Parts: sequence; structure tokens; C-alpha cells
Amino acid sequence: MPDANAAVVAEGLVKTFGPTRAVDGIDLVVPRGVIYGLLGPNGAGKTTTVRLLTTLLRPDGGRATVDGIDVATRPAEVRARIGLTGQYAAVEERLTARENLNLIGRLYHLGRSEISARGTDLLERFDLVDAADRVVKGYSGGMRRRLDIAMSLIARPSVLFLDEPTTGLDPRSRLAMWELIEELEHDGTTVLLTTQYLDEADRLAQKIIVIDTGKVIANGTSDELKDQIGGDRLSVTIARSENLQSAVDALRQLTTGDIEVEVDDDGTHLHAAIPIRRPDGASCSPCPRRCRRRCPQCRGPAANTGRRVPDTHRQACSRG
Amino acid sequence: MTDDTDPHSERLDISPIDSSNEISAAHVRAVAASISRREPTSGLVWAMRDSWTEATRHLRIVPRNVELLIFATLQPVMFVLLFVYVFGGAIEVPGFDNYDQFLIPGIFAQSVVFGSAFTSIGIAEDMQKGYIDRLRSLPMARSAVLIGRTFSDLLRNILTFVVMLFVAFLTCFRFEGSLLEALYATALLLGFSYSLSWIQAVIGLGVSSVEAANSAGFVWMFPLPFVSSAFVDPVQMPGWLQPIARNNPFTIATNACRALYNGLPVGNDAILTIAWSIGITLVFAFVSIRKFSSSTVA
Repeated sequence: MPDANAAVVAEGLVKTFGPTRAVDGIDLVVPRGVIYGLLGPNGAGKTTTVRLLTTLLRPDGGRATVDGIDVATRPAEVRARIGLTGQYAAVEERLTARENLNLIGRLYHLGRSEISARGTDLLERFDLVDAADRVVKGYSGGMRRRLDIAMSLIARPSVLFLDEPTTGLDPRSRLAMWELIEELEHDGTTVLLTTQYLDEADRLAQKIIVIDTGKVIANGTSDELKDQIGGDRLSVTIARSENLQSAVDALRQLTTGDIEVEVDDDGTHLHAAIPIRRPDGASCSPCPRRCRRRCPQCRGPAANTGRRVPDTHRQACSRG
Repeated sequence: MTDDTDPHSERLDISPIDSSNEISAAHVRAVAASISRREPTSGLVWAMRDSWTEATRHLRIVPRNVELLIFATLQPVMFVLLFVYVFGGAIEVPGFDNYDQFLIPGIFAQSVVFGSAFTSIGIAEDMQKGYIDRLRSLPMARSAVLIGRTFSDLLRNILTFVVMLFVAFLTCFRFEGSLLEALYATALLLGFSYSLSWIQAVIGLGVSSVEAANSAGFVWMFPLPFVSSAFVDPVQMPGWLQPIARNNPFTIATNACRALYNGLPVGNDAILTIAWSIGITLVFAFVSIRKFSSSTVA
């Protein structure tokens, strides 16, 4: 039994559309207060998984809970606890940002004063104050996205589901969106985001769940994943086949871990997968500036959790 | 309002503060979270409030989309003017000295009924934008999205009707009956049109694009006023078509309001119009709300 305290739990989740098994037995556990990433190509089942977890689809098999509440049997209670930002900015174009927030707040059944206080707060945080009373139609893609996410946060959801939050954004808005999502984590919001981009998952997610054809194919921190499937790959051609063993021995010295060596039939080509050598995590020390960057080695949010950051980061940080 | 339907009556389950009398950050967060986390309700009161919230979403937009407002109002006005001045002198209807008095209630009926097409277009638009998905992920009443939409379209239809009535008076249309009868007639028409917007809701949920909704919303309505008593007496139609025209609910609604506007005996038509309206509303509201709760954006 997975951690009952987890924000999101899925066990053997299945959704079929006719003969297609869009989600084919997905298991996942998202603890509270972290960002998890669902990474996969188009059509892998990311959006379907999110739709199952947000009660928009009824699972054909398995079960899922949000805050310990079953999505299939008590959907209404789940809905009161989640925020969903779908792939398309679902904002009402002819209303202003403030009106949009107000509307969604009312549909979450929040009180009037709470809506206006929370709305003002969100407009500030999402850098929409100047545009707050303008009609959304004239907003840029980045602004729409920001408003979209602000609307999902109005009721302080336990879990925020972000379905491809940066798809279609220009590079600058994308970066701004990343910073914004990182800030959500610092506030203790649990975020499950889907993405097609490895760099996005790498930067934002504490743990990445890789899915393809509806199944979880890998699962771990980005470093663990890189160790599993990544690393350097060397192809070596040697002049004489009798030198093969000495070449392999030379390669083995490159790393502390095991390397896998494949030798072609003719004995003169070899391919070696070399795991990435990682410095010892113990050399990390807390960032004195409590900056909000992630530790590039242990990938944890440095300031919040008291995780350690390497000296190089500390130097860079105190200079900045 | 009973306790279990009122989210504000939710009791906060807060563990007693520990002996150190310190309020921990976690404690504050827990309180804050439980305050903002309303229990969802399925109560009738919330369904009505949610419907009204959704209706205000559409109504706020109406004055901001002046183009649509102008053209949506112009169309029925054009119908009144064209039919009155083009056909006005050419058609004679037994029992009416003045064709306008016969024709204009028919045009009123046609216009409010065609006005229901806004419902399918609006719903298709929300579906396409992914807005419906957002609404479906909220703890609001499922029925509110559709009730709010149809209700706001009814209000919009009333506005169109008032403009159309004004233009009709500028030609030479008059209420021959009492004002009360005229109001009754108008209410019958709007009620009938409201019932059709539930059919439009089913169409809006079923089509895959706004363009398709635009055509699909209109095409099935087109025969309604033409194979009816709106423009001509069905007696003048071919024999096989007459029973269809006579039993067309549109004919019944038109006859009812025509009689009331002209101060003539209305017979069973008023009651039948109400029965049709309620019947259509119940059936299609049921179908569309079910469809809404299960439909997804592809």
C-alpha cells in the first residue's frame, strides 16, 4: 500500500478507447509539496492520465486517489481539491483577468472577500496587475498561460495539474513560466506536470515518470534516469583486432562504475556505454543566500529543504 | 438550505494547539487549507447559483461583442421588413383582412426559434477552447454549464424580440387583443424557443467544431417555420404535407400566439404549446446534461 499521505496515488490505472489502451496500467505516487513530471512523446498517454486523475475521464481499470479520495467514486470531492490547467489556455477571452478569476472563484464556491483577496494576490504574483482590467483577447500567449494557472490556483488546490504548461510559448515566456512553477513548489503546492521536453522535466521535476504507449517505462530523479539510459556512448574502431582487450581495459579506467562493451563481429569495432560519474553528494552544503535555484548536483530545491548545494554554486550565488 | 448543502457550514477539524502555545507554520497552513477547501455540493441552491454564475459569464460578454449584437438583432428585423413588404400584398389568408396581422406573429416565432441556434454555437465554442474541460474539473453543479448557457441565450432572445417588436409596430402591426394576451403570447414563444435551445445544447455537445455547430444548429430548424402555419395556411399545401404542417409544434406555437396577439380565441393551442415546451425541455435537458457529464474533447 503506497503512502496514504501522498497527494496523488494511481494503481494500475487503465483507460481504453475502443481497441487502444491509452493508459495501460499506470502506477504512480506523488508526495506532497513537490513537482513531479510525466514525460513522454505525443500520444504516450500523459493527457489521458491527467484526465483520469482530474475526474474528466472514468478509469476502466485500477484506481486513483487525490488527497486519499478516490477519483472514480467521489469525484466531486476531488474536484474541490484540485486545480487543472489543460493544454489550451482555458480562459474566457472577452472577460478581463480579474473577471476570469472571480468567475472561477465563484464556481469553486469561495466567499466573495476571499475571491477578491486571493485574486489580487495572484494577479500580483503572476505579473498581471497592469493587465488585470483589460480584456484577455489582447493578451500574449505567456500572459494567457499565467492567467490560466492563476485561475487554477484560486482555491488553493492540494494538487495542481499542469498539462504541457509551456507548449506553444516563446523561449522567454517559457523561462518565465519555469520560474513561476518553481515558485509554486516553494509555496508548498504539489504539482504534477506533463511535458514532452526532457529539459523541462529535468529542470522542474524532482522526480520524472517516463511514459510511452500508456505504460510507465522509467521512473526516478533525472539523474537516476540519465544513469539508467543516458551517459556517454563511445564507438571505437581499432586497427588490429588483437588490441581489443587493451582498448577495453583503457576504457574501463574512465569510470568507476561498470561499463558495457559490445564488440562487432569483425572484432575491430566496439561500442561502450559509460555511466556518468557523479561527484559525491556529500560535498554539497546549504546555499547561504537561500536562493531559489536548484542544486545542480542533487537536483533538490536548495533553499526550501535545506538540501546541499556545491561550493561552485555557493560562489556563483554569493557573487550574484 | 440544509447543512449538508451549505459549504459555509463546514466545521473545521483543527487539532488543539499544543501546550507550548506556539502556532506552528504547518498548523496555520492546515487551517488555511481547510478554510479555503469548501465541500462540494450537489444541492439545488448551488446548482442555481452556479447556473447564474455561468449565465453572467455570457451576459457580460454581450455588450462587449457589439458586432454580434447588431447583426443578431438585424437578422430578425430584416425578416420582418422583407416578408411584410415583399409578400405582404401577394398572399391572402382566409379569415385575415390584413396579411401583416397573420404574418408577423409567424415571423416572431421563426426569429425566436432561430435565436436558439446561439446555444449550439456557444457550447461548441467552449468545447473547442477547452473551457468545458476546466468547468468539468471544478466542484460546480454539472447541470449549471448548460442551464447557464440556455438561460443567458433566453435573455438575449428577449432583447432581440423587443427590437423586433418595435420594428413590427413601425410597419402596421398592432395588438388586437389585450396587453395581457400579448404578454402571454410572447411568453409562450420565448418558452418554446427556450425548449429548442436544449436541442441545440445536444447539438453543440455533439459536433466537433464551431463551424459545424453553426450549420447543424440551423439546418434542422429550417423546415419548422416553412412547413407550418407561419407564412401560409396549411390548407394551401399539398395534401400529404398538411398533417405534418398541422401537427408541427411550431404551427401550434404560432397559432397560439397569433390568436392571442389578434384577440382571437386560442383554443387548445396555448396549453399544447406549453406541453410541447415542457416536454422538449425535459427530454433534451436530460439528454444534454448526461452527454455533458460524459463527453470529452477529442
